[in-house]
Amino acid sequence: MKSSRMPGVFKAAAFAALASAGFAGSAFAESVLRVAMTAADIPDFTGAPDQGYEGYRFAGYTLYDGLALWDLSSSDKAADIMPGLATSWEIDPANNKRWIYHLREGVKYHDGCDWNADSAIWNFARVMDPTAPQFNPRHVGGMGTYTAQIESIDKVDDYTIAINTKAPSSLFPYEMAMYYMISDCAVTAAGNDYVKYGAHPSGTGPYMFDSVTPHERLELVKNPNYWNPDRIPKHDRLVLLPMPEASTRAAALLSGQVDFVEAPSPDTIPRLKSAGMQIITVPYPHNWDYMFRMDVPPFNDLRVRQAANYAVNRQDMVDMLQGVATAADQTLIPSQKWYGNPVKYEYDPEKAKALLTEAGCIPCVIKVGISTSGSGQMQPLPMNELVKEQLDEAGFQVELIPMDWNALIGVFLAGADGTEYNAINFSMAPIDAVQGVLKKWMSGNASPNCCNWGVYNNPEVDALGEQAIAEFDPVKRDALLTKMNETVVADASELYIVHDLNPRALSPKLSGFVQAQSWFQDLTPIVVAP
Amino acid sequence: MWLYALRRLVLTLPILFGVTVICFALVQIAPGDPIQNLLSPTASQEDADRLRAAYGLDQPLPIQYFIWIAKVLRGDLGMSIANNAPVATEVFRAFGNTITIALISVALAFVLSMILGVIAAYRSGSIVDKLITAVAVFGISVPTFWLGVVLVIVFAVNMFWLPATGMGASGSETFNYFNWEDFKFAIMPIIALALPPLGIMTRTTRASLAEILNQDFVQTLRAKGLSETAVMFHAVRNIMPQAVAMLGLQLGYLIGGSVLVETVFTWPGTGFLLNKAILTRDIPLLQGTILVLATVFVLINLVVDLAQSVIDPRIKRA
Repeated sequence: MKSSRMPGVFKAAAFAALASAGFAGSAFAESVLRVAMTAADIPDFTGAPDQGYEGYRFAGYTLYDGLALWDLSSSDKAADIMPGLATSWEIDPANNKRWIYHLREGVKYHDGCDWNADSAIWNFARVMDPTAPQFNPRHVGGMGTYTAQIESIDKVDDYTIAINTKAPSSLFPYEMAMYYMISDCAVTAAGNDYVKYGAHPSGTGPYMFDSVTPHERLELVKNPNYWNPDRIPKHDRLVLLPMPEASTRAAALLSGQVDFVEAPSPDTIPRLKSAGMQIITVPYPHNWDYMFRMDVPPFNDLRVRQAANYAVNRQDMVDMLQGVATAADQTLIPSQKWYGNPVKYEYDPEKAKALLTEAGCIPCVIKVGISTSGSGQMQPLPMNELVKEQLDEAGFQVELIPMDWNALIGVFLAGADGTEYNAINFSMAPIDAVQGVLKKWMSGNASPNCCNWGVYNNPEVDALGEQAIAEFDPVKRDALLTKMNETVVADASELYIVHDLNPRALSPKLSGFVQAQSWFQDLTPIVVAP
Repeated sequence: MWLYALRRLVLTLPILFGVTVICFALVQIAPGDPIQNLLSPTASQEDADRLRAAYGLDQPLPIQYFIWIAKVLRGDLGMSIANNAPVATEVFRAFGNTITIALISVALAFVLSMILGVIAAYRSGSIVDKLITAVAVFGISVPTFWLGVVLVIVFAVNMFWLPATGMGASGSETFNYFNWEDFKFAIMPIIALALPPLGIMTRTTRASLAEILNQDFVQTLRAKGLSETAVMFHAVRNIMPQAVAMLGLQLGYLIGGSVLVETVFTWPGTGFLLNKAILTRDIPLLQGTILVLATVFVLINLVVDLAQSVIDPRIKRA
């Protein structure tokens, strides 16, 4: 027996919709898209995904929507946000701490419940009000970071809410693209018990929950009534399978057990290609770097940070990865708005050695925390060996300290000043200016606040950040953020190495997939040939 | 014998207590903790601390341990932190998936090892003996995860005979061993699991039988004119207690120690569950799984001890 099933009424609705779409009278063949994820387990699907952004990709944006969504329809530019459960939003002209959100009308959750201002306010209380019956500490851990700036929320009318922020926050709408709305009726019907809710989760997304076999598979079916007709899935069923082993994923694709594989390892790509699989790569805001600890020697010295950046031959790394990565000049990728025109660190080991000599740090002994695997960490062991070899050649003496991913997350959360490492190889997702620029470099975001691990502190950067946060003209704001980013790169505030190209392997049966320049992807356009 | 069994059962309790203490301590020594997997990528240390408190992980370690053990004594193994499900449900579901392939693998290995071991001992020194010994050494030496991957490459990727991964076309909950479409998912895991015990048991059978065949009573039997089959029957009966002991030990290992095979084949058994629990530092799940496995291991050994005295009355259990 499967542990939970979609209520029969929705199955009937789904079937009726399919029948009306031309299946009536012919033999009913369900088209199924089977995806092998890299996750070690099925991500949380109750509205606060875990296991990194892969959880958001497959168990978040499939079932749920936020007030804003990511526009994943193009491969040509870095994805930006677009209207979702809100049709538009603006800052109150009389109060720069008050965002007005106009909610989409006529939207229903999968269980038939209405989406409106009351539901929105109920959803925020789920992580913001410990006295609310629907308050969920687990969801606070997963989603609380996106509501941290909110002071209060007012209902203006049935389809308008006003969100008051604690301080002016021009980039606040990006946070709302990450915060999912779940059916208040479904949680109430489950007696506010989220374990029970997990048996019948309900969002507004393009897919509806059908069943789950713990640790093995999550099955979703298409939502034929999705509010955006362009995004109604072009297949009937989506089966998500956790397969953390890259060789297992490749074998599953080659033997026809799955149709879509995340992150095949570079050495399997030639074999997959020769079997006729489609290998798709596209740049996206990914960053494989070393974060420096900058409050103590040796990386408190700009020359040492520059030396590390001159010491790394990024082309060697790209070659080793068989071209599934591009050389990184900085944290952001060139198609992001705030990339700017910064200093570039070309491979120059002699210059690196000279800088280290000038800084009086030869051999420059450093301890680097690395993981053996993990979300966004690519092939960490061989890649770190190569970086170590190159740094050692230029006058560093690198000691790599390997640990598993969970342990490295702990090191990251503790902040550099709480650990023994001079640097960590920790891949973050600079998906927008909040995560890629502001939270990464403003001094107020050092631990215990996310995400300035290395205790970077430059008053000029802080001032630019403050101005950007308070600037509501998008053009002026982007100019400030660009300048901020350029300053940070001039400070060599990370060891920039590569950006992943996010390879995916697809069966020749699939068509229609557009790989967006994003951590998130839209699976809805995929057509599965019989 | 019943008194002996009861005494052994009582002695199990301190062993299990020790297992839980060691396991709990080892998890705590390892860096990282269970809530880190639940956090969003931009969560702060404050978010982490809040969640840690919600799960009682901010309490001193001895208190955490006693809270856990008090629940266990009331029959409650707690909730998995990673997926918010009762540990008991998780462990027993996984145990059901493991026990079946473990039993089939051990039965297969036992029958084959008896046949091969007897032939090798009877034809001691011959080419057949050498061949069988080579097979046994291969079984003992080859790492099962490597064998698993090779089986996948040959039979799933190149020949398309068997599925590469998973338990059944639509998951373990509808899996039926009597349906070929499902059972073919179990074939490669069974082979990979069976090979090491096959190697070990073949070697043991061969060695102990060869020793028996050199004993005086075998000469006497032959001198009395018994047929070779009857002689072998007597000899094999003499090695049965040892073979059964080996069988029990191997079954115990397979039930608890198939982490690598189950991970390679994504077979949702106890080894697979343990691997997940370790990687996500899911302490309640890890503790619960190990406790159940340790109990089963101790019980299997007890059953083997009792079975030995039934097979061979010379072995007294009192």
